[in-house]
Amino acid sequence: MSAPDPSSLGGQQSAAEATHGEDVAEGASLWGEAWRDLRRNPFFVLPVLVIAVLTVMAIWPQLFTDLVPRSCDLSRSADPPEAGHWFGFDRQGCDLYTRVVYSTRASLLIGLTVTLGAFAIALVLGSLSGYYGRWLDAVLGRIADVFFGIPLVIGAIVLLTAVVDRGVWQVSAVLTLLAWPPMFRLMRSTVLSARESDYVQAARALGAGNARVIIRHVIPNSIAPVIAYATVFMGVIIGAEATLTFLGAGLQLPALSWGVLLSSPPPRELLNTPHLLLFPSLFVSLTVLSFVLAGDTLRDALDPKLR
Amino acid sequence: MADPSGAGPLLSVRGLTKHFPLTRGVVFQRTIGHVRAVDGIDFDLDPGETLGLVGESGCGKSTAARLLLRLIEPTSGEVRYRGEDLTGMSPRELRQMRRNVQIIFQDPYASLDPRMTVGSIIAEGWEIHPEVMPRGRRKEEVGNLLERVGLERAHADRFPHQFSGGQRQRIGIARALALRPEVLILDEPVSALDVSVQAQVINLLEELQAEYGFAAVFIAHDLSVVRHISDRVAVMYLGKIVEIGDSEAIYERPTHPYTQALLSAVPSADPTVERTTRIRLEGDVPSPASPPSGCSFRTRCWKADERCAAEEPELVDRGGHGHPSACHYAEPADVLGVRRLGS
Repeated sequence: MSAPDPSSLGGQQSAAEATHGEDVAEGASLWGEAWRDLRRNPFFVLPVLVIAVLTVMAIWPQLFTDLVPRSCDLSRSADPPEAGHWFGFDRQGCDLYTRVVYSTRASLLIGLTVTLGAFAIALVLGSLSGYYGRWLDAVLGRIADVFFGIPLVIGAIVLLTAVVDRGVWQVSAVLTLLAWPPMFRLMRSTVLSARESDYVQAARALGAGNARVIIRHVIPNSIAPVIAYATVFMGVIIGAEATLTFLGAGLQLPALSWGVLLSSPPPRELLNTPHLLLFPSLFVSLTVLSFVLAGDTLRDALDPKLR
Repeated sequence: MADPSGAGPLLSVRGLTKHFPLTRGVVFQRTIGHVRAVDGIDFDLDPGETLGLVGESGCGKSTAARLLLRLIEPTSGEVRYRGEDLTGMSPRELRQMRRNVQIIFQDPYASLDPRMTVGSIIAEGWEIHPEVMPRGRRKEEVGNLLERVGLERAHADRFPHQFSGGQRQRIGIARALALRPEVLILDEPVSALDVSVQAQVINLLEELQAEYGFAAVFIAHDLSVVRHISDRVAVMYLGKIVEIGDSEAIYERPTHPYTQALLSAVPSADPTVERTTRIRLEGDVPSPASPPSGCSFRTRCWKADERCAAEEPELVDRGGHGHPSACHYAEPADVLGVRRLGS
């Protein structure tokens, strides 16, 4: 029964700098330990750096380019890459790099909005459904089944083609409506297992009511896999937005997003001008990959069974 | 606290029953049977005494523990705490009751919230019942409790996964004691621990009982663990109490065949003695979903006859053995009767 190694407490201060859970500041919490592991893991650090750069790009695109996306020279239509214009020009003769940089905002914004929306739905409905069970669980579960049964892209095409004026918020709302069930189910199942645990029984034996049990014990212990999933989910949604827009059911010009850039060149010209497809899709792939990798490593680090 | 006169038993259990429904179907569930986890048990617990509750795995001990706190709703029967029936209590009354009846769980790895510090785990009861401990003294008292159960003050800032099983069980004990309960339910508190640690934790519980004066229901699957600490012992089989009595009566003059079989399986610590009788039970415990007719032990009992299949034996004292036993043919047997080697 030796006491835990005191040196394990050395990570406290650095762990306290993490901005995760509220319990990080006191000793090596599970979040603190996860953070200690993650910051040494290149498969977490690199994606997070990419995401950080993309976030800055979304907020202040002018930091990355001196040109503006809408000053174009038609005489340079679809010109290939050259010095000073590394990504070449699109069909309107605009600098493609500038267009890609300015497109980041809409793509990330849709990803973030849909993820936060689905996360909020999953958190509230998943907790209620998993904790209270019975008829509430049956009703919410069947509603989720209905939306789960609709394929994301096809359902979004059907709903969005009915919307005349499709902006970031309309696309986000439709994607949220169609994409929340998996996250809800994940939250529900983790809540279900936390509800049956001995520490919840112990809290109830102390006299804790339902609200206290849910907020203090059930949610903190069930949210980690949902957060990891939400990170992966964000990548998936960014990809879905690009897909929808490419298919003509997402954002519309003059809005700028990676999907808009991908959909603008007519397919028959692609062989002559591959850079029009290559650079926007490179950004989409890099972003999706970063979120998926970060989410994956996050999930592993937060899983106490893998420790 | 609720009843200052203190007369009568602290806990009084009558006909306590829990049948879990067996259901089939996802949306439209229908009940196809019941698991009789606890099937009508009666006992009293006096202030300061320790009642051992013993039985094999699956006999309903842990369900009984949770019923005593109303962590699960009983199917029927009642649990009275100082004369007040728990099963009819409003949530508010139940909360007050829970201050006085606490539980320690079997698995110390599952019973502490992994995302809370040890300090906040121990102090949680005071957040729910603020009148027990003024806010300003809580930090100090958490330290005192930690020291009392054999840990260090500084451990309050650590997390449960930094401790060993025995240390975690001490944290669970500190959490239960923080509310100064009058009754402590111990649900196999040491069976998940290493043997070397078991004795330490049991000794700690004994010291604490002497100091705080709580009554205890000590649940175990092993008669030898219970003997050390119990004033009275109840033996459970398939959701029923088959024999109950003073420790001495159960260990020296057991009258129920099941108790005798359990006792004969307890290893002797003395290498110079050899058991003269060893009762080996045949077969497995029957499914509590379809218990045998009559006496539930008859399928494994060497004394069983037609009467046992037809008639369920009451838990009464037959033939003046001094304690009740649920067997038609209850009679003492010297199962601990020993023969000195070499004599």
